[in-house]
Amino acid sequence: MTAPNTDRKLKKNDIILLAVVLGVAAVLFVSIWLLAPKGEVAVVTVDGEEFGAYDLLKDQEILLPEGHKLVIENGEARMVYAPCRDQICVHHIPVSRKGETIVCLPYRVVVTVSSRYRRGFYEASEA
Amino acid sequence: MKHPKHKKSPLTKSKNAAKTAALMGVLVAVAFVLSYVEMVLHFSVGIPGVKLGLCHIVTLFALYRIGPKAAIFTCFVRIGLNAWLFGNAMILAYSAAGAILSLAVMLLLYRLPLFSPVGVSLAGGISHNVGQILCAAIMMETAGLVWYLPILLVSGCLSGVLVGLISGWLLRRFEHRHIL
Repeated sequence: MTAPNTDRKLKKNDIILLAVVLGVAAVLFVSIWLLAPKGEVAVVTVDGEEFGAYDLLKDQEILLPEGHKLVIENGEARMVYAPCRDQICVHHIPVSRKGETIVCLPYRVVVTVSSRYRRGFYEASEA
Repeated sequence: MKHPKHKKSPLTKSKNAAKTAALMGVLVAVAFVLSYVEMVLHFSVGIPGVKLGLCHIVTLFALYRIGPKAAIFTCFVRIGLNAWLFGNAMILAYSAAGAILSLAVMLLLYRLPLFSPVGVSLAGGISHNVGQILCAAIMMETAGLVWYLPILLVSGCLSGVLVGLISGWLLRRFEHRHIL
């Protein structure tokens, strides 16, 4: 067992670590966020199961099974009601780019913006 | 006949188990109050998982001042209390995933002579957030949560550095004081 580090002064390694992590974050930020094109549908999954996909170009309100209310307006999707205490998904910024995600951790509801419709589950919301 | 008057505590090197128990109680209470304060302040930027993590001041303090076992103990008791009083099973799973990964990383870096408490805390903050994302991605069966990674890396950095600086200051204040 080596002796624990008792030197409490800030070290050069700390700065290097900080710089590396911020660099990685910046690269991820550009590649995941800025380069992502606008999406076309908001796909909702509950508990890992697909619940439905909704056209982002059509203004609509969707009630989700756990009581959440999703609103699509001006090509953006946002959660306006959640039954839980922390309301993190309600305060979430509206999503519109491909890959952007609103997530409700307690109820395992995920809204992800996707680029194209997939066959099979879309008919219900088309009507 | 020998009296087991001074039972050795499994958590610390101290020979006084009662003193250790009292100290652990104080540390857990402080950590608990810090997480409660954070919850009441409701510091939120609209991204799940972005937190100050003030309670990790206690974890870091316990790690450097008392030892790894005390850090693990205070951290998990606080998580259990939090989940029991304010959360649910899901919250418990996310917190535990973050805590396990961050404690593992912090214990490892603490042993190496590479980083100061600020660096260790920074690594802990990042790994905590990464652990939570991994756990959420697995439980919700979606890879879409990678989207949160950049912001959670930055927030992990900021809160880690803040917690590290406060803990460093605390450690200096308690340098010559007897706590065990």
